[in-house]
Amino acid sequence: MSLTTSRKNELNALCNKFRIDLIELLHSIQTGHPGGSLSVCEILTTLYFEKAKVDPKNPKWPERDRVVLTKGHAAPMLYRVLAEKGFFPVEEMKTLRQLNTRLQGHPCALETPGVELSTGPLGMGLSACLGMAIGLKADHIDSTVYAVMGDGELNEGTCWEACMAASKFKADNLIAIVDRNHVQLDGTSDEIMPLGNLAEKFKAFGFEVFTCNGHDVEALSDTIDLAKAVKGKPAVILAETVKGKGVSFMEGKNTWHGKAINDEECKLALAELRGEK
Amino acid sequence: MSRSLRDVYGDSLLKYGKENKNVFALDADVSGSTKSAVFGKECPDRFLNVGIAEANMVGMAAGLATTGKIPFVNTFAVFLTSIGLIGARSLSSYSKLNVKYMGAYGGVSDAFDGPSHHSLEDIAIMRTLPNFQVFVASDEYQTDWLVKNAIDVNAPMYIRLSRDATKTVYTPDTKFETGKGKVIRDGKDATIIACGVMVGQAVEAAEALAKKGIDVRVVDMFCIKPIDRELILESAAKTGAIVTAEEHSIIGGLGGAVAEVLTSGGAKAVQEFIGLQDQHAECGPYNALLQKYGLDVSSIAAAVEKAISKK
Repeated sequence: MSLTTSRKNELNALCNKFRIDLIELLHSIQTGHPGGSLSVCEILTTLYFEKAKVDPKNPKWPERDRVVLTKGHAAPMLYRVLAEKGFFPVEEMKTLRQLNTRLQGHPCALETPGVELSTGPLGMGLSACLGMAIGLKADHIDSTVYAVMGDGELNEGTCWEACMAASKFKADNLIAIVDRNHVQLDGTSDEIMPLGNLAEKFKAFGFEVFTCNGHDVEALSDTIDLAKAVKGKPAVILAETVKGKGVSFMEGKNTWHGKAINDEECKLALAELRGEK
Repeated sequence: MSRSLRDVYGDSLLKYGKENKNVFALDADVSGSTKSAVFGKECPDRFLNVGIAEANMVGMAAGLATTGKIPFVNTFAVFLTSIGLIGARSLSSYSKLNVKYMGAYGGVSDAFDGPSHHSLEDIAIMRTLPNFQVFVASDEYQTDWLVKNAIDVNAPMYIRLSRDATKTVYTPDTKFETGKGKVIRDGKDATIIACGVMVGQAVEAAEALAKKGIDVRVVDMFCIKPIDRELILESAAKTGAIVTAEEHSIIGGLGGAVAEVLTSGGAKAVQEFIGLQDQHAECGPYNALLQKYGLDVSSIAAAVEKAISKK
């Protein structure tokens, strides 16, 4: 079912709030990854506030869906979404990347409520998601594993090992969502390591492939429904996004992968996100 | 004739894994060698052959562990602890995931395949990973216990196996304990602290030395981590001469672990290191390799005499 206009507006308002909070936070701590956090915002928001079955009061609920941020560097956005959802106080966000925090620079499943897997080293997440999917099936638990991946991450060969295996083991409870922002740390993905036709690649690896606008919560919601309906094989959603989305001077710029935000930049970014210019 | 440790492992995994439905076995296209196929044949629903993709295998195992499964990952020790290391470190170690890394063909036991297939760094690598327990199987009865213990205890583990048979030093009812070495034979002049195939060699060395009037204690330090500090320091105090013996580089493995204990414990004892002397071996018959690279009975006996002479 498509989203109602009011629900769509609610989700978009949440995304805008998360972006504003992210810029303020990363500015205040002078560390963290803005680019990929901004691009994955709608994907995570749609999952946690619309599609994924999770219970903040019972983070280890066995029947829950597993949302795994395999592109662990977008941790600030994951944390912001988890906090809003009620997994931990929003107030705790200010401890990000600081000593004694539960909010490590990259997600740590041991410490942080709601984090399903420790990620950061790219290329391992999809394999682990496949293991989760197989484990859930063995227990006859009807839950979905969502692997939220980066496109730069697909440079890692292990991702494709996992794809072959997901296909072999018919993991139809596994949905990979690629935050296809076309930019990685050192440059565009075309410059650094061209990914070619990703849809054809995933198809060749035995996936059912979907493509949608990764900043359109309605399109994401509808496409996730389609992906969930796939039987007998894994599905992937290539969510077309813009790195740094929402802050025009960050958009599409690899330099904003992990750069600290200065005072002037923060002011400009916030004005834009608040619609003040 | 004792049985090869890989055969014992295959049978034990089936024996205990059949009972516990959470046990899964994963293999990277070498299940006929590792003997995980024995389990796979009887329990096909819990056996995942992932092809020649070790990194993916350990990643999948980590995911399975998050759902309460007890995954055993199987391949040659050399590939498991190199290509599989990122998953071991970033997933199993960091998140304390209950994955069992079964290092098949440890040391130079894949003798004829040569140095590309030998594993001489695995103990050093795996014991640096926080939360991991590290074991080296020394005989068939201990191997059986190690498999059962791995299923019973919730912790990431690295367990080094061997392709070959080793001298049997235990009986079916021998009791083992994590973090406790086994004194196989007591003595007052020196202590050989060994693991794996070297335990049997150490016993033979001690018997040969006894004929010369040298009284040697032999310890099987099958649990490298957590290591038995108490037994190491007690052996040092009692005998004043320690020889570590392992089918592994002398850097960072059992010898290194024992040296760390001796130094930090303020022990007054000399230590000699039996192991690969910072070099790769070569292909050839297993026993010939052990002999050429100083992992044999006479090399251990000579090291004991050397250690005693330094006291």
